[in-house]
Amino acid sequence: MKKKNINTVLEVKNLAIGYQTKKKEIRVAEKINFALKQGELVGLIGANGIGKSTLLKTITNAEKCLEGDVYINNESLNSITSINLAKEISVVLTDNISHTNLSVQELIALGRQPYTNWIGTLTEADKLKTKEAIAAIQITDLVDKKCYELSDGQLQKVMLARALAQDTAIIVLDEPTTHLDLYHKVSVLKLLQKLAKETQKTILFSTHEINVTLSLCDKIILMKENQTYFGTPKELIAQQAFDKLFPDDLVFFDELSGAFKIK
Amino acid sequence: MENKKSYSLILVLLIVVTLFFVFLNISLGSVHIPFSEVIGVMLDTTEVKQSWEYIILNYRLPKAITAVIVGSGLGISGLLMQTLFRNPLAGPYVLGLSSGASLGVATVVLGASFFSATFASLLISQWSLVIAASIGSFLVLLAVVIVSSRVKDTMAILIIGLMFASVSAAIVSVLSYFSSAEQLQRYIFWSFGSLGNLAWEELFVLILLFGLGVLATIISIKPLNALLLGDNYASSLGVNLKKSRFIIILATSFFAGSITAFAGPIAFIGLAVPHLTKLLFNTSNHKILLPAVALSGAILMLFCDSVSQLPMSEYTLPINAVTSLVGAPVVIWLLVRKKKLFV
Repeated sequence: MKKKNINTVLEVKNLAIGYQTKKKEIRVAEKINFALKQGELVGLIGANGIGKSTLLKTITNAEKCLEGDVYINNESLNSITSINLAKEISVVLTDNISHTNLSVQELIALGRQPYTNWIGTLTEADKLKTKEAIAAIQITDLVDKKCYELSDGQLQKVMLARALAQDTAIIVLDEPTTHLDLYHKVSVLKLLQKLAKETQKTILFSTHEINVTLSLCDKIILMKENQTYFGTPKELIAQQAFDKLFPDDLVFFDELSGAFKIK
Repeated sequence: MENKKSYSLILVLLIVVTLFFVFLNISLGSVHIPFSEVIGVMLDTTEVKQSWEYIILNYRLPKAITAVIVGSGLGISGLLMQTLFRNPLAGPYVLGLSSGASLGVATVVLGASFFSATFASLLISQWSLVIAASIGSFLVLLAVVIVSSRVKDTMAILIIGLMFASVSAAIVSVLSYFSSAEQLQRYIFWSFGSLGNLAWEELFVLILLFGLGVLATIISIKPLNALLLGDNYASSLGVNLKKSRFIIILATSFFAGSITAFAGPIAFIGLAVPHLTKLLFNTSNHKILLPAVALSGAILMLFCDSVSQLPMSEYTLPINAVTSLVGAPVVIWLLVRKKKLFV
């Protein structure tokens, strides 16, 4: 049993997600099951409002599970302290940070916070990790810039470098390709693919770029109204999981090319 | 990192300038005391006139120390609020903290007639003002925080802070309407702000509260830096949001509450000083900003106080008016020059 799970970094069992308000609980989705292994690049696909962000928030413990559980390295999410969780999962969010006067260097170094002392002094090891992250994303020319001087594409890379500097087994990204043009979308996703392979980190991201995602990801989590699918792109296409992902009056899924087409 | 060296150089420079302004501040006043004599008294090296020594040690030195604490404290609390709310407009004044303190003081000074006579005389001591102001600003801050945990939009939080301020102002108006001229005058004089009314024992209490605030701020430096990225990123970095928020707010109310209580509602310093400092240092890192803001605040306050003394005359202007007269043009100039203010 243990042996089978040795490479499983993130496991979700019978998970129900949603929001708990005072009066009632609002379920967004339920019966979600998947297990992500070390070094896998995983895309999370679903229509707007289906609960992709809620799922990511639940995994990162920003929202509570309504049912079932999330396991990080076989440990239940509830039993992990927030500081230890910060050493296991790093995030790239859609939150706007362009109002800060931080330099790129300072921003990336903030990724070392879970490891630094009470006042945040960077040790030599911390500086090395920061440097490695900057080198891996190839943004050495940006380090002295201020955050508000960056383009959207550059900012996305910087935030990814910050997550990398946090040195976690899992990186979760919420729609990292929105606001980017086609070229930069592909370049960010290619970068994620390379990182997953080279650093053996598990990278999970939500996206609307179905076509690119299908060709780049190892696994896909597909959220639909009544069911959540998990598997390799090929398996999901074979299961015809992509049919009825969207209302079928405008677009349809072409199995041959593995892409959505306009009717 | 050559940056770090230049930062510490400016910091040392600021310390020197602060000391210079302390001595300058002490030497200025209605009685002229030469600069050299001031240094003599302070360092206890030369024999000077008894009256000068008395003025300096019992009047001007406490006032200068008060100015330093008021400037630093309000500057730091402005910095804390701007980071916590990620809004360059936030500050103890804009968020209604000073109004809360005013309301507390107004309740005690103006509302004293509603209480029984013996209780009223007990209420109108210097300490009761201090406690009332602290409670007032803490309550407003608490309300702002409770609201801000429900409302995510920071603009909305600022507007709510302004609403609290106007409610406080309204209650003060109602209280004023029913008060005697003597009580009103007492309240108005308090609202002018004053750095010179503190005796040594009061000053010690202020220093103690200021020290507690500084301590709470220092242990918050790390979460403050994480908060620059927003609540979500901060908690993903392992920051305990609830705890950090509480400590930051506690520090702010120590600063704003105690300073407003002892020196009156001093406008603009809390908003202007962090921006001035950020212009000088061009960083958002709180490890550098914190001492820099404290020193710049002290310098600006000492400067404002020296101006309010109207050197060579026997009149003094209300300090609150001077800080606004100096602070408002500074903020306007900053906005025109930089076009954008950063948190």
